This record gives sequence, C-alpha cells and structure tokens, in this order.
Amino acid sequence: MSDTGASTVWKRDHFIKNPILRWIVILVGSAYLIYAINDMNFNLDRMRTGWPRAVDFFQRMFPPDYSRWTMIYKGVFESLQMAIIATTVSIFLAIPLSLAAAANISVKFVYVIARAFIVLARSFPPILVAIMFVKAFGFGPFPGILTLSFTALGFMGKLLAEAIENIDKGQVEAVRATGANWFKVQLYGVAPQVLPRYVGLSIYLLDINLRASTIIGIVGAGGIGGALFNAFHRYEYDTALAILIAIIVIVLVMEFISSKVRSRLQ
Amino acid sequence: MFSVKNLDKTYPTGQHALKGCSLDIDNPQIVAIFGPSGAGKSTLIRCINRLVEPSSGEVFLDDLELTGLKGKDLHNARRQMGMIFQEYNLIERLTVMENVLSGRLGYVGFFNAMFRRFPQDAVDEAFSLLERVGLKGYHNQRADALSGGQRQRVGIVRALIQHPKILLVDEPTSGLDPKTAMIIMQLIKDLAIEKGIPAIINIHDVKLGQDYADRIIGMADGVIVFDGPPSKVTAETLTMIYGEEDWSKTIRKVEDEEE
Amino acid sequence: MTEIQPAIWKRFSKKQSLERYGIEFVLLLIFIWATQSVDIYWPFVTDAPAQAVDLLHRMTPPSVVFIKAIIPSMIETINIATLSTIFAVILSFPLAILNARNTTPHPIVQMVARVIIVTSRSVNELVWGLIFVVFFGPGVVAGVAALTMRSLGFMAKLVSESIEEIDHGQVEAMRATGANGAKVFIFGVLPQVMPIIIGTSIFRWDINIRQSSVIGLVGAGGIGILLTSSMNMFKWQNVSMILISIFVVVLAGEYVSATVRKKLT
Ligand SMILES: Nc1ncnc2c1ncn2[C@@H]1O[C@H](COP(=O)(O)OP(=O)(O)O)[C@@H](O)[C@H]1O
Ligand SMILES: [Mg+2]
Repeated sequence: MSDTGASTVWKRDHFIKNPILRWIVILVGSAYLIYAINDMNFNLDRMRTGWPRAVDFFQRMFPPDYSRWTMIYKGVFESLQMAIIATTVSIFLAIPLSLAAAANISVKFVYVIARAFIVLARSFPPILVAIMFVKAFGFGPFPGILTLSFTALGFMGKLLAEAIENIDKGQVEAVRATGANWFKVQLYGVAPQVLPRYVGLSIYLLDINLRASTIIGIVGAGGIGGALFNAFHRYEYDTALAILIAIIVIVLVMEFISSKVRSRLQ
Repeated sequence: MFSVKNLDKTYPTGQHALKGCSLDIDNPQIVAIFGPSGAGKSTLIRCINRLVEPSSGEVFLDDLELTGLKGKDLHNARRQMGMIFQEYNLIERLTVMENVLSGRLGYVGFFNAMFRRFPQDAVDEAFSLLERVGLKGYHNQRADALSGGQRQRVGIVRALIQHPKILLVDEPTSGLDPKTAMIIMQLIKDLAIEKGIPAIINIHDVKLGQDYADRIIGMADGVIVFDGPPSKVTAETLTMIYGEEDWSKTIRKVEDEEE
Repeated sequence: MTEIQPAIWKRFSKKQSLERYGIEFVLLLIFIWATQSVDIYWPFVTDAPAQAVDLLHRMTPPSVVFIKAIIPSMIETINIATLSTIFAVILSFPLAILNARNTTPHPIVQMVARVIIVTSRSVNELVWGLIFVVFFGPGVVAGVAALTMRSLGFMAKLVSESIEEIDHGQVEAMRATGANGAKVFIFGVLPQVMPIIIGTSIFRWDINIRQSSVIGLVGAGGIGILLTSSMNMFKWQNVSMILISIFVVVLAGEYVSATVRKKLT
C-alpha cells in the first residue's frame, strides 16, 4: 500500500459552492426569518391567554353534539348536489375548452384566450371566487355551483389540454388521411387517446369538488360549510365538531371511492 | 479465526434456507461459495453479520460469539466484518468520499457523522485506498456518476476502511462485464492478502471462482455439499451442486492446470 | 362449403353495451336528482348576467392608490406562507419517520401518526383558521398555525411515502458497517429522501401562498382581512385591486416554485 505521507484535507462540498453567494444567501435568509417571526407579534402573553381558551374550546367540543342531525344531513346533501352539478357542467365544458387550449389543435387566437381563462380560473383559491359570486348573486348553492364549475374548469381544462398535446400524432394523421373532416378527426383520432385520462380526471374532479363544496359555505356559497361557520360563531363547538366529523367522513369516503375507481380504470 | 457452527435459518415465510451449515476458516484465504440461485448463499453471509437473524447455530469471530449479541455489542462486531454487495449499495446521492467514510460510521459519533467530521487518519486512509483501487481524484464525484466497476471499487474501499477481520462478499461481479469482473476479483483477492484477512465470496460464475479462490464451498438447497480446494472440483461435484448438465467445458481449465 | 355469413361488427358486445348504458343512465338519474332537488332560487339565476355586469362595473377601474395599503398586507401574507411552510417541514419530518412502515418504532405509534396526518389533511385551512382564531385571537399567529396544521399532513404523507420507497440495499450497507439506527438513518435513508423533502416543501410553499391569501376571511391574518373589510365597506375598486394583486403574487409564487424546483433537480 502506498503511503502518501502528507495528510490531505477533505471537506464535503458546500451546497452553494461560491462562498460569497453562500454567505449572502445565509445572511439574507436568516435576516428574513428573524424579521418574519418578529413580525408575527407572537408574544407569550397571548399564548398564556390562548391556553385556557384552547382548553375551554376542547371541553366544549366534546362530546360532539348530533342533536341537529337534520341540519347536518341537509348541508351534506347540498354539498353533494353542488359537487355533482358542478362536476357535470365542467366536464362537458372542459371538452371545447381543452381543444381550444391545446397547441397542436387550436388556432393561435383561440388558444391564447383559452389559456388566459385557464390561468385565471386556476390562480384564485375557490373561496375567493365563491365570495365574489356570493357578492354578485346572493347567498346559496347557486354561487357555490358557479364557483366549483369555474375552478374545476380551469383544472380540467389544463390537464386535458396537456393530454391532448401529448397524443400520438401518427394516429391523428392516419384518420386525417382517410379524408375525415375536422370533427371526425377529433372523434376518431384524438378522443380515443385521451378518453381514459378524461374519465379518470372526471372522477378526480368530483373528489376535489366535493372537498371544496364542504368549505365554500363559510362565505355563504351553500353546502355544509355554512352550518360549520355558524356553529363556530355561536360558540357551539360540540355541534361544530359533529359537522367537522361529518365532513371528514364524506371527504375520506369520496377519496377512497375516487382512488379505487381510478386504479380500476388503469 | 472464524467459524460457523450448525447455522440454521427458517424465514417467516416458512422457507428453510439454511439447514445446519458449518465451516471453519483457520487462515487468511479466499473462500468461494458456489451454488445455484436460491441455495442459501446470501442467507449464509447475511446470517454471519446478522443482517438476517439466524434461527439457531453459532458464529465465532476469533473468540467472540456473534449470534447472541445485541445493541452496541452487535454494532461493534459488525464493524469488524466488511461487506461487499452485488448491487454495490452505494449511497447514490453522496460523493465517493462520503461513501468511503461511511465505512467508519461504526467508529464516529452521531453529530460527527451528520456533519461529516471524520478523523484525519480515516480521511488519509480513504485517499490512499482510493488510489490503491485506481480511483485517485474521484473523491468528490457523486456515486451515481460512476460506472459499475468503479462503484464496486468504492464498495471494496468502504468495506476495507472498516479495518475488518473478515470480508463478506455477496456476488460482487454479477452486474459487471467479464473483464471488469476479473479485475474486481483480483482486487478483492490482492487486498485480502495485503490486509491478511480471509474473504468469503458468493459467486455463481464457476470459472471465476475457481480462478481466484483458495477453497470452494458448494451449497445446494441450504446444505453445504462440498468443501475443498479448486483442484478437487470435478464434473461430479458441480452436478451435485447445480444438478445435471455438461460441465466438461467449464472445468477444462482446472484439468489443463493439472497437466 | 359453408354459407357466407354477413359480417356484423359492433364496438362492444351486448353485455358490455348494456353495462355501459346502465352506468350512463344511473349517472343521468343522479344528475337529474341533483338539479331538481337543489335549493336554487331560479330568478337569481336568470338575473345573474345583469348582476355580474353590475358588480364588474362597480369594480372598475381598480383603485391604483390602494396599492399602498395592499403591499404591507401582501408581505404579511407571504410571510405567513413562508413561516408556515418552514414549521410544517420541521414538524412533518419526525411525523413522516413515525408513519413510514420501515422506520416506525411501533405499529401503535404509526397509528397515532396516521391519525394526525389524516386529520391534518382532511380539515381545510379555513377551518383550522377558525379554530386557531379561537385560541390566539385574530391575526398572523392564527394564520401561521392554521397553514402549518394543514401543510403538516400533506408533507408528512408524501415524505413518509418516499421513505417507504427507498432502496433498502443502501440501508443494509450502512447497517453492515456497524452503524446504529440513527447513523443508518442519516446515511442510508436521508440522502435518498432529501430531494423529495425539498421538492415537496417548495411545492407546498406555492400552495400556501395561495391559501394564505384567503385565511384572512376568518380573521387569520394576511390580505384576506383587507379584502373582507373592503367588501364590508363596499369599496369595490379596492376589492378589484386586491384581486389583481393576489393574482400577480400567486403567479409569481408559481413561477418561483417551478424555477427553484427545476434548478434543484
Ligand atoms: N427475506 C426473505 N424472506 C423469505 N425468504 C427468503 C428471503 N430471502 C431469501 N429467501 C429464500 O431463502 C432461500 C435462499 O435464498 P438466498 O440466500 O438469497 O439464496 P442465494 O443467495 O443462494 O441465491 C430462497 O429460497 C429464497 O427464496
Ligand atoms: Mg444471493
């Protein structure tokens, strides 16, 4: 074995190799963190008053109060209805939207408009959309359905457009070569290739919509969320817990169904 | 210096993988274990350093009995046995040097390990071993950037830097081309001799095993069916280990040497 | 010679198409049930386009000077997102270890970890916001707590899944060196899951930017508080300016997140 004599140093390479840049990142990062934490105005006094309130909160929360069972039941059903209607609306509208937003099919002008719509629909959290619709159209499931349809359309439109953009060109050309018109090309060349994805996404969408439909009621857009919000504001935390448990259960059930169906489709 | 007595292993699945295996190694030698896939070669090696828990039997490294060890004692015993794997099992996302030094994990504390502070003598030794296996200058490369042969060299260095009393080697050449396989076998043999330690090498390539081993152990269905020098390996022995086949081509070399 | 049969071809066999029609029919019934029984006041619906135009009219032009009030509020929003992501990453790490099949110390511990993760994930951030506003009073602290709680389960789930999928060979190699459990973890497990942890954290930060702009609706700090107060005062031009700012920040966050993730992987 050869002995190299002089000992050689080894140190692990730093994540950021340039030392100046590294120190800038470290300093700016920690300065920001200190500032942000400081800006929270977190003080122990509030913690101390918060603690008894938390204890009180939990004491009032248990046991969950199911005495207003019919209200919970109605809210859950409304959420379900909203999710079903919105999902149906958006999976139909998603077809023209995604064709318009697919670069390999659409024309430039239509493409830009469709993509702009998708970005708009995807960027705002559903709650924000819901509150605007409620302000415009009043309370109830109607603005809720609009909200869910709008945000779901953005989601579905984007993913479906991507699926269309990734299709096998050869198959489309083969159909076109038979002399089929535009509509028939879509039907025989494009549709079969994206259909499995479409069905899978539709079910996933129902899952997402149901989740959202249990929440947007907080701003008055229908569904079980409204009951939850009211229970909180009346300090009826035991009812709130009952509603919360109902929400968790239907969300989990839907997630389970959705993942089962989707894995069967594959 | 090393012995296995009546080692037995039944997996929770009910698979009886080792059926009372015994072997003694009294001097630094290269021991090749032959046997078809599923014979229990890997199980035997893994039961020695207790990556697999043997069901019964004893393993002695010098005078230390290994099968009863727990916790820190087990860790200390493991660090005296260097293991080399078929799939190299390098930490893919770490550098060659970190991989090599990981062989010293049994010697350093938690925080030193976390911040990669290894004693200077370990680093010195790592550098010289890397040079010895032909990987000089590779220390800051990431393991996933290396070829199979290079990875196995790192694997060898990682095992050696443990200062082991024995090398446990599980199919070191299966993933390699024939030429690289020979180079790796030669390296393991040379280094084992340099360090004066025995090596147990599972290998399914009969010719390669015969070329580099001082002693052959044949396993079939969890039982040691042959134990002797390479020159005693005949077509009948191979049939006993692997079952019926035409072995004349495979063992011609041995006969050539005897002429 | 056999008589030539007229070849009939159908896409689906009789049973298959019956099944398909059956499913479609049931779906249609469900849809009809939903539309018929939903509690919608239809005059609102017919009136909707006019109302929308009216609101849009009141919202234009967006009040540019209001940006002065928006900026500090928006910074607070981003802070909430960043801090809650950091806290969630730190807290989710042990949770992920306790939850992963191959690193959990005990099945009962795993059960507890799983319950925490499921609860965290299935309760919306607004609900967490409602709860923490009760604890801490309205403000940033409640917002950070709410988003931390929500992100916690998300992070822990993905990280523990990646721990379950690691290459076990690398772990074995580290065990074979004589390293104890903790050291095996930092060499054998951590390097393998690090990219997932980093990628998921950045992704979650992106989501949290979006969510931190709404938790103010229940009083949990950030731009949502400004939005609520502007709406309550019918300052629609301020509202539209806030919406535009949220849109810009969300897009910027998405861009930053995508760029950083691409750089790191
Ligand atoms: N982790 C395990 N669980 C259950 N059975 C195993 C396990 N590992 C190996 N076996 C079984 O034990 C027997 C011997 O396997 P192994 O030692 O890997 O053989 P070899 O290395 O000679 O190919 C095989 O039948 C194999 O299926
Ligand atoms: Mg094996």
